[in-house]
Amino acid sequence: MRQTGNILSGPVESRDFPDWFREQQRDAWKEFESLPSPTRKDQLWRFSSVDLLDLKPFRFGGTLSDKDRDAILEQSRGLDEVAARLIFAGDQLIQREVISEQLKKRGVIFQPLERAMVEHADLFRKYFMSQPAVLGSARFAALHKALVSSGTFLYVPRGLEIDLPIEIFHWLHGENASVFPHLLLVTDELAKVTVIESFRSLDRSANGRIRRGEQSPEKEQPEGFACGVNDLIAGPGAKITYVCAQTWGKNVRALQMNTTTVDHDASALSLNLHLGGRYSRFESLSRLIGEGGRSDLLAVSVADGEQEFDARTLQDHVSPHTASDLLYKNALDDRARCTFGGLIRVEPHAHFTDAYQKVRNLLLSDDSEANSMPGLEILADNVRCTHGATSGQIDADELFYLRTRGIPIPVAQRLIVTGFLNEVIQRLDQPAIAAHLHGLIEQKFGDR
Amino acid sequence: MKTETSAVDINRNIGDFSYDIEHAYDAGTGLSEKTIHYISDLKEDPDWVREFRLKGLKTFLEKPMPTHWASKDLEAIDFDKIRYYLSGGVQPKRSWEDVPEDVKRTFERLGIPEQERRFLAGVEAQFDSEAVYSNIKKAVGEQGVIFVGSTEGLKNHPEIFRKWFGKVIPIGDNKFSALNSAVFSGGSFIYVPPGVKVKHPLQAYFRINAENFGQFERTLIICDEGSELTYMEGCTAPKFNTATLHSAVVELVALKGAKLQYITVQNWSENVFNLVTKRGIAHEDAEVKWIDCNIGSRLTMKYPGVIMKGRKARGEVLSIALANDGQHQDTGAKMIHAADETTSNIISKSISIGTGRATYRGLVQVPKHLKNCKNNTECDALLINATSRTDTYPAITVRGTGNAVQHEASVSQVSAEQIFYMQQRGLTEAQAMSLSVNGFVNDLVRQFPMEYSVELKRLIELEMEGSVG
Repeated sequence: MRQTGNILSGPVESRDFPDWFREQQRDAWKEFESLPSPTRKDQLWRFSSVDLLDLKPFRFGGTLSDKDRDAILEQSRGLDEVAARLIFAGDQLIQREVISEQLKKRGVIFQPLERAMVEHADLFRKYFMSQPAVLGSARFAALHKALVSSGTFLYVPRGLEIDLPIEIFHWLHGENASVFPHLLLVTDELAKVTVIESFRSLDRSANGRIRRGEQSPEKEQPEGFACGVNDLIAGPGAKITYVCAQTWGKNVRALQMNTTTVDHDASALSLNLHLGGRYSRFESLSRLIGEGGRSDLLAVSVADGEQEFDARTLQDHVSPHTASDLLYKNALDDRARCTFGGLIRVEPHAHFTDAYQKVRNLLLSDDSEANSMPGLEILADNVRCTHGATSGQIDADELFYLRTRGIPIPVAQRLIVTGFLNEVIQRLDQPAIAAHLHGLIEQKFGDR
Repeated sequence: MKTETSAVDINRNIGDFSYDIEHAYDAGTGLSEKTIHYISDLKEDPDWVREFRLKGLKTFLEKPMPTHWASKDLEAIDFDKIRYYLSGGVQPKRSWEDVPEDVKRTFERLGIPEQERRFLAGVEAQFDSEAVYSNIKKAVGEQGVIFVGSTEGLKNHPEIFRKWFGKVIPIGDNKFSALNSAVFSGGSFIYVPPGVKVKHPLQAYFRINAENFGQFERTLIICDEGSELTYMEGCTAPKFNTATLHSAVVELVALKGAKLQYITVQNWSENVFNLVTKRGIAHEDAEVKWIDCNIGSRLTMKYPGVIMKGRKARGEVLSIALANDGQHQDTGAKMIHAADETTSNIISKSISIGTGRATYRGLVQVPKHLKNCKNNTECDALLINATSRTDTYPAITVRGTGNAVQHEASVSQVSAEQIFYMQQRGLTEAQAMSLSVNGFVNDLVRQFPMEYSVELKRLIELEMEGSVG
């Protein structure tokens, strides 16, 4: 059942969902309608261009032509070796490479959302959007909950380690289209898994590339809206690695809301690469609920043209003896803007917390702008919490050194920026994924 | 109108003290246009000042409480119960003997000389400060320095002060600057002529001595080209049963090449809401430096700022905050870079004891097309007890490629090993703790004028008592 109406007309009743889920969607829609649109006066939306979040033009994803379908399948290239792969276009599952029988037998569940909510209702209901959106986007979380129609449910049972990454693609296609990507990842005790999600727009232009100096190429790109949720639940001793590679088209407005829950002795590492979109906001809540838990929050963004990236994070230390480490790096060119609003919160009794937060902005042009709001709220003692924020430009000495070696300025600049961002990507410690992400960054540089 | 002052009534319960004084001029409780006219009539304000006040009132009533980002505790202020203007006709007779024993002991242990103790105790404060004030006035007057109260300044020297009055901090800057603009009285208006370097710091001492009295002093200091000035203020208040409001506005102007340093030691009693707006403008090559120590009050919200308007201007904020049980020190700094080659520095240290909460809120702005602007921000917080709380909320905006900004903050506690080591050497745990805390703030305190650093160290020792074990 596909609907092509405007998204502001509300959830689609004809969808084939269980009654309880439809009930939830109706409630969520009511909540969405009751909540006010954010304004810059809200602390959590300070510096953000909220006027870009006008939802009126957007409609549900339309039907996919065979030509577009083939183009999407052909362009859905990420990693060479994966354990499984799902490809969504306009919130519709169009291709599925299932996990091996062996993994299935051992209890791995890897299903589209609409199947999981029927076949594994208990597990699904326990974890599906169970944490409130506290970083400003309660309204958009409600919108997502009301309109989500597909997505990924992944459950890794106790003690199982999946070595190869699991890959998911979400494609946006068509004029004024919208998508509501969803990932729910639940790992049981001592399980281990890596997931990489790619967010892309189908580009109908000849070579899919835009060069500077061409006549307003941005106007030719379709407008789009993405409102996604990914929830990662790391059970005791589990290890989750999550990578997001966001390369939406130039005129897409995107919101992504993440909640990561880390139980005792578990660890979660997430890396978010933001390259695309006109406006892209990313909210990440990391909850450390058990002793010995650790969360690494990494992000890299390269912004140019009129792009705006807005990141809000909360490292919430609920339990004592937990650690978190955040490293966000932004490279900004042209008239791009970046905002970082992050908070380390150490709850009462969460003693022996070790938390770190670092934001670095590299400004490459005179019109770029970086806003940093690193924050701390400490309600316990015996903690070690530090944060740092820096904004600067390419070091003239470094540039000079490269020039004396015969490297032209643009190449030298690119090398320095790549090196600057590489520190974050290296933290993944997964060479294949790192190479893939570097490739995407290179492609963005090449497009200029 | 004038009535005789009644006998002194001392409240010995808490070690704070108050005098039951009948004030000759009292605008009553609550705030309306009538209050404004009452104050203006009494002060014989020029018409433009009266209008300024009325505009302030209007803005104050229109603006909402900033509770969407600030502490909800602000809602505890009942603006209808506050007295907005009080003034005594006859000076009350008070003597050192009337001061309660425990307060005297405190001063004894602070090591403050008796003359100064009287001053700090507020005993004969008027008398003493009047004398001190007169002496200073005579010395600096010869150099052409104007040092007067706000009423006198606006009335007698409008050609100097009107140009800047309400310009650094406009009426509508925030709800409390609007309130101050409506009902201000007291404070210092200072003008230092070109090239004059004032050797001795000018001082002012503020006290709140009446229950439910909000104090709204207004200070404007103008340092003309190449001049130098250090200004110090201290604040105390005796403790009353109901909360008191202090809401000052301080505007500083440092013209080309001038150096202006403003030092505050705030030790209001623990039921004062201290909501202060302080900002300076630094022109070419000028320097504005705020030294800010917050030890008292129930809730302090104070973010001294510097607008660096001319090339090579410098701004600096050095801040120490100590939040003890029931206190919230919400302090910080604002640095607005508005010219090339401007530099700013913020160093903030806070200590939270018991259920105390210390918050740092900062704003740094470097707009585009500026070259070689630099900001350095360091915030360190020390937590003493498990119930203590500290927050850091900076906001940094940088545009363009010519500038460098760095911000660093850390939160830590006194290490058990340190304490153990000192106890090994025969110190009690409390002494060791106190020594560690003083060590934590030492590098900052050293930059203060001597008499302040000594006093501050001792105040910290006193505050630290009983916080361990």
